[in-house]
Amino acid sequence: MSKQQIYHALKIDKDICYGCTHCMNVCPTDAIRINDGIARILKKRCIDCGECLKVCPVDAIYVEQDDLDNIFDYEYRVALVPAVFTGQFPTSITEEEVFSMMKELGFTHVFQAEFMVDMLNELIDDQMEMNEDKPLISTFCPSVVRLIQVKFPSLIDNIASVKPPVDASAAFYRKLLQNQGVPDKQIGIFYVTPCAAKIAAVKGIDDEYAAINGVINMMYLYNKLYTKIKNNKDSERELPVLPHLSSKSIQWSITRGEADNMKGRCLAVDEIHNVIEFLERLENDEIPKVDYLELRACDQGCAGGVLLHGNRFLTVDRMKRRAKQLESETGDINWKEHKEIIEDKDLFISKVNPLPAMSLDQDFAEALKKMERIRNLMCYLPGIDCGACGSPSCQALAEDIVQRKANLSNCVFLQRMMEKSKKLSSEHAIRIIERTWGKDRLDKDCKKIGAKNEGM
Amino acid sequence: MEFVYEVEGGNFTKAGNASSAVKKTMKQLNVDPKIVKRTVVALYEAEVNIVAHAYGGVITVNVNAEHIHIVLDDNGPGIPDIDLAMQEGFSTASSKVREMGFGAGMGLPNIKKNVDELKVSSEVDKGTRVEMKTYLKNQ
Ligand SMILES: Nc1ncnc2c1ncn2[C@@H]1O[C@H](COP(=O)(O)OP(=O)(O)OP(=O)(O)O)[C@@H](O)[C@H]1O
Ligand code: SF4
Ligand code: SF4
Ligand SMILES: [Mg+2]
Repeated sequence: MSKQQIYHALKIDKDICYGCTHCMNVCPTDAIRINDGIARILKKRCIDCGECLKVCPVDAIYVEQDDLDNIFDYEYRVALVPAVFTGQFPTSITEEEVFSMMKELGFTHVFQAEFMVDMLNELIDDQMEMNEDKPLISTFCPSVVRLIQVKFPSLIDNIASVKPPVDASAAFYRKLLQNQGVPDKQIGIFYVTPCAAKIAAVKGIDDEYAAINGVINMMYLYNKLYTKIKNNKDSERELPVLPHLSSKSIQWSITRGEADNMKGRCLAVDEIHNVIEFLERLENDEIPKVDYLELRACDQGCAGGVLLHGNRFLTVDRMKRRAKQLESETGDINWKEHKEIIEDKDLFISKVNPLPAMSLDQDFAEALKKMERIRNLMCYLPGIDCGACGSPSCQALAEDIVQRKANLSNCVFLQRMMEKSKKLSSEHAIRIIERTWGKDRLDKDCKKIGAKNEGM
Repeated sequence: MEFVYEVEGGNFTKAGNASSAVKKTMKQLNVDPKIVKRTVVALYEAEVNIVAHAYGGVITVNVNAEHIHIVLDDNGPGIPDIDLAMQEGFSTASSKVREMGFGAGMGLPNIKKNVDELKVSSEVDKGTRVEMKTYLKNQ
């Protein structure tokens, strides 16, 4: 098997992280360890869901993004904007206002990420009809697709082959511009992303994302635009004419956006832990016949994306209201009129490969040996799952030990036992603690969070 | 390597716990996902049968380099006619069980389809033993 280069968008700022274990405890794939007082992400397991970023008390976790200035590498600078972006602004600010401001930031064109939703919806319905017994799983949320690759490889064949709207819309708009005579090299399409998972998907080698040239952090853009709008609310400006989206398209990225519009029996599950629980059951064949599964890593779908500003429930409410306002209007660019430019490769993904990361060893016999050792180690570990060893649970520490990434003496309780039986000197024990938690970790420090001089 | 799980009769909320644990183990052992799926589907059906039809039981799983061998032993009413029980659509499930979505009489046939070897033995009023084996090496 060729080694696949996997891109991750979540990074830890080593200067800010102080090893508080919050991220390690929420990670749904056990992908975080603490070493030298700093969190570390195990690349093979990370699915870019962003749970760690949400929980970090000091914003030490950030997403790698493109500089806004990168757009100036292109003559035609297209912002591909998902509906959740405008959904964050108060309803008194119109879409046109938001988009005209984006032009002031340097974009020459603004296009909606959900533009192709109606067409994709039809394709998925067709696929469902041909598909007999297994439920199709939506490709919409890249974090869920990665989760299946990493943790549920036996469900790979359930993943639908219809592209997510962002990708299809990007491919469509690129062609539309090309048809107007714009050379491909001059077109830069930048997706305004609500999450890390989409960044990872765009930056990864997955060639279906080739239509997109870069990603812009939605939170960054929101702050930039909102200040701009606030500061010159009354100034006259020319408002762009936009292709209107159907109300369905606007709501596509929020929970039940897909499920409510498919023909068969559809289920929507949101929030990553819920998704994992559901996939476990699906894998056991415990789920009665369902045709389509809309699975999203974030609570409330993309309205709960890590790069969104504000409360997700309010965002959903605003999006629903915007959708209602549009219900009677029909769009002015219709994909049906441009059908000839759309090719299959703009609409269908290439094969998704399993990337199993939960196994103890590639070799079965080796894995079996390691598992026996783990079960033996578990006889000694106290089962408190405190994380003080730098691994998320006793079980995880046992696994790390057999993988030669940790030692039994990393367990703070076993250290005491070893000290008592004189197998470990107290100096050595302190050195072990320092290796996990950093040199001065146990020194008095009144500036730490919650201490009397915090922030001084 | 041996794993043992207890199953409580009548407790549908917990039905599937053993299957999930075995699934996790098999994934850690890097068993082919297709074999994991087949084994887990079969085990789940057998586990639910104990919950639905018996009073309680014990599941013993043995894994080695060649195969995974699972034995489900229960205390329960037993199966008077095993050949009949193995037929698709045969079920003695109560209406209560059917309401919960079980009782189509597809469990045992489904187990047979998903494992390489299946042996069912039973003594009426005492209990049932379901033994299944699946080879891990690709034949
Ligand atoms: N462990 C058991 N103890 C007692 N009777 C059993 C046991 N397992 C199966 N049976 C009997 O065999 C019948 C057929 O089992 P099978 O699993 O095929 O169908 P079911 O459990 O009734 O329905 P389904 O599995 O489709 O929900 C059962 O209805 C029951 O009478
Ligand atoms: S949650 Fe704590 S351990 Fe994780 S990155 Fe933030 S500061 Fe570091
Ligand atoms: S639900 Fe939406 S915002 Fe959240 S990870 Fe998936 S695609 Fe990104
Ligand atoms: Mg049954």
